[in-house]
Amino acid sequence: MLQVNDAPLPYEPGMTVRDILKRKNYIWRMIAVFVDGELVPKAKYDTRQVPDGADVKVIHQIAGG
Amino acid sequence: MSVAYDPKVRTTYTDDVPRLRAAHNVLLEVPFTASLPDRGYTRRTLFIDLDTMTVKEKPITEEMIDVFTGGRGFGLYYLWHAITPQTKWNDPDNTLVISPGPISGNPQYAGSGKSLVVTLSPMTGIPIDCNVGGYFGPFLKFCGFDALEIRGKARNETIVVIDGPRGMITIEEAPEETTDSHIAAELFTHMYADGPKDFVNVAVVSAGKAAESAYMGCLNFSWYDPKRGAVRLKQAGRGGTGTVFRDKKLKALVIRSQKMGSNLNNAADLPTVIKVGKNINQEIHDHDDEQCRMRRQGTAHLVETMDAYDLLPVHNFQYGKHPDTPKIDSTVWDKRFTQGIPDRCWYGCGMACSKAADGHVVRTGPYKGDIVTVDGPEYENVGGLASNCGLFDPDWLLEVNFYCDTYGIDTISYGTACAFVMECWEKGILNAERTGGLDLTWGNGESEVELLHQMWRGEGFGVTVGKGVRFMQNLFIKNGWGDPQYIRDIGMQIKGLEISQYMSKESLAQQGGYALANKGPQHDEAWLIFMDMVNNQIPTFEDKAEALHYFPLFRTWFGLQGLCKLPWNDIEPPDNHEKYPGPEAAKVPAHVDNYLALYTGITGKPLDRKSLIEQSESVYNFQRVFNLRMGQGVREFDMPPYRAVGPVTKEEYESRAERYDGQLKDIVGVDPAGKTTEEKMALHREWRMGRYNQLVDAVYKRRGWTPNGVPTMETLKKFKIDFPDVVAVVRPHLG
Ligand code: SF4
Repeated sequence: MLQVNDAPLPYEPGMTVRDILKRKNYIWRMIAVFVDGELVPKAKYDTRQVPDGADVKVIHQIAGG
Repeated sequence: MSVAYDPKVRTTYTDDVPRLRAAHNVLLEVPFTASLPDRGYTRRTLFIDLDTMTVKEKPITEEMIDVFTGGRGFGLYYLWHAITPQTKWNDPDNTLVISPGPISGNPQYAGSGKSLVVTLSPMTGIPIDCNVGGYFGPFLKFCGFDALEIRGKARNETIVVIDGPRGMITIEEAPEETTDSHIAAELFTHMYADGPKDFVNVAVVSAGKAAESAYMGCLNFSWYDPKRGAVRLKQAGRGGTGTVFRDKKLKALVIRSQKMGSNLNNAADLPTVIKVGKNINQEIHDHDDEQCRMRRQGTAHLVETMDAYDLLPVHNFQYGKHPDTPKIDSTVWDKRFTQGIPDRCWYGCGMACSKAADGHVVRTGPYKGDIVTVDGPEYENVGGLASNCGLFDPDWLLEVNFYCDTYGIDTISYGTACAFVMECWEKGILNAERTGGLDLTWGNGESEVELLHQMWRGEGFGVTVGKGVRFMQNLFIKNGWGDPQYIRDIGMQIKGLEISQYMSKESLAQQGGYALANKGPQHDEAWLIFMDMVNNQIPTFEDKAEALHYFPLFRTWFGLQGLCKLPWNDIEPPDNHEKYPGPEAAKVPAHVDNYLALYTGITGKPLDRKSLIEQSESVYNFQRVFNLRMGQGVREFDMPPYRAVGPVTKEEYESRAERYDGQLKDIVGVDPAGKTTEEKMALHREWRMGRYNQLVDAVYKRRGWTPNGVPTMETLKKFKIDFPDVVAVVRPHLG
C-alpha cells in the first residue's frame, strides 16, 4: 500500500510516478511530486518507480482562484 | 470551431459621434492642474458631488497612507466617512470610489495596472470591493489623483470627463448614447480622443442598461486594443457596482491621459523595479506554456482540471463534473480565442491573459446580427454561465457572456442566480406561470439570454433574477412556492452575494474562504481547495485557520497596491518546491520578495514579509468593523448555505455514496450499513456543520476577533485603527 497525500492507494509492482498520477486522475500541470521526501524531477515521472509503502506527496500548486 | 475569426472585423458604432456629442449639454467645466505621482502617490483625491454639481480636490494625508495604503484601503476610508449606518445603497450619500493604489500604473512588473472600486453594495448592504483592470485607474493617477470619489445623483443622464492634457474636468448631460458598454466605451473613446492615435490614451467606465433593473450590475472598465482596433472591457464585477453607477444616472466616466511612459509613477528606485519586472516577465515567457498557459487560454485553462477534481460546479453546485465538459474546456477556447495578440489589460503584463473571442455573430436581442469581440470567457464564466446551468454549448456561452458584459451584469452572480432558478424549475418551485412562460430547463441557453434581455427591458422574470439569489429566496418563501429549508439550502449566496464558481463541499478551508470573506463569497480572498482537499497540507483546524489568516491578507495587499493576483501564483519559479518545502511553497516566496522589492522600489519605503501582512491587517479589520457598523459583521452573517458544505439532496448523496459512506465510517465513526440515505445525510449535516463552526472559532481566534467575530480592542490598537469612531462601533459588542 502507498500513501498518496495521506490517503491509501493500493500498490502494484513496477508502479511509476506517472501511474500514480493517472490512477488519482491528477491532471494539474503545476505539481511537485515527492517520494519519501525526495523531489522527483518532472522528466522522471515515466521512469521513476515507487516502492511499496512509500509516502508520496503530489503537491498541487495553488493557481486559479 | 475551426473557422478563423478575423480580429479586425466587427460591427462599429461610431458613425454618429458628431451628432451625439452635439446633443451634450455641458453643465460644469472645472480647470485643474494635472500632476504625476511622486513615488507612486499623487496625494490628491478628486471629489465629485452630482447633487450639487461641485468638483473639489481633497488632500491625502500621511496618516491615510500609513493606515490605509491606497486602493481598497482608500475606498473604504472614504466610504466610511461618506455614509452612516442607516445609509442604503441607493441613497445619494452612497459613494462610489475608484482608487488605483501606489504600484498601479507601473509598466515593468506584470499585473500592475489594477484599480479598486468600493461602494455600498445593493446585494449585501455592506461595502463591496472589486479589483479591476483596464486603463482608467492608472490614467487617474497620471491625471493627478490617487482616488476618485463620486457622491449624489445626477438629474439627467450624465458623463464626467477628466482630461489631463487639457487640464479640464467636465460634467455633461449626454442624452442620446446607449449605456450598453460595448458601444458606450467605443463611442466615448472616439468622442474624447484627439484623433485615432490618441485612442490608447482614453479609458471609459460604464455600465449597461440591465444594471438599472438588476442589483447585480457591474462596471466595465475599458482599454483600447490597437492590434484589434477595438475597445476592450474588464469588469468590476461583484456586488452591484454598476447598479450604484446607473442609480447615480452616470452614463460614463471618461478619462484622457498624457501618453504612457516608462516611469510615470516616478519610482524611488527604477533600476530595482525594472529588474524584478524583467524577472517575472522572463519567468512567464519561459514557463507559462508548461504551467497554466494563461497567454493562450486565460483562466479558462482551469475548466478541465476543475472537472477532473470534482470541483466544477454543475447544476447549481450539486455536482463537480459532467461528461460534456470537453465541449467547453480549454481545448475549445484555445482554438476559439484569437492567438498571437498580446491580450494584456495593462501595459507590460507578460501574462497577457485577457483573451477574447473575435467574430461572434450575435444571435438574439437588440444586437442580433452584429459581429462582436467577446472579452472572455474566463473560467468563472464557463463555470457559472455554462456548466452550473447545465449549458455545454460554447456559442450560447459566448452569447450570454457578451450580453452580461455589455448590459452590465456580473457574470458570477448571474451564473449562480440562473443555476438557482433552473434547480427551482426542476423541482417545481418555479413553473411557466411563475416565470412568465420561460422554460428554465437545465442547459436552455436561449432562456438564459432572454432573462438578460428582460433585465435590460426592465420587465418580466429576468428583473427578479437580476435582484439575486437572496431576494429570490425571500420572494419564493413568502409566496409559499416551496419548502423554505430547501430554498435556503440551495440558494448559493452568503451575505447576499452569490458564491463564485468552485465546489467547496470537500474543502472545509474553502467553505471558510467563502463564508468568512468580508465582502461576501468571492474566491479572490482565499482559494485553498488544492492545499486543503487535494494536498492535505492543512489538516487541523489551526492549520486551516493559519491559511485563512495569511492568504486573505496577502491577497488583500494586491487590492491596496493596484496589483493583479494572477502573476503571483499562476506562474511559479520551477524551483519553488525545492527551495521551499511544505505549505510555505504555496506562498511562492520568491514572488513575495519581488513584491517587496517592487513596493520599496516605487514608494521608497521599506517593507518586509511581516509588515506586508500588517498593511493588509489594518484595512481588513477596518472592513470587518465597517460591516459591523452596517448591522452585520458578526458570526451569523458568516454562515454558508448547506449546499456549499454538503449534499442537500438524495441524488447528490447517492452520486458520491462511496465517498460519503466512507467519511461516515472513517471520520465520523458511524457505520453507514443499514442506514437510509436520509439518515446518512442527517449525520453528514451534523458533522459538517459542527466542524464548520469549529473552523470559525479557530479563524476568529487567529484573526484576533471575539467568538462572535468582532475585532478586539487589542486588534484595533495593534493595527492602528483604534480611531474613536471605530472604537465606538466595536465597544458595544465586546461586553
Ligand atoms: S495577468 Fe491578465 S488580468 Fe492580470 S493584469 Fe495581466 S492581463 Fe490583466
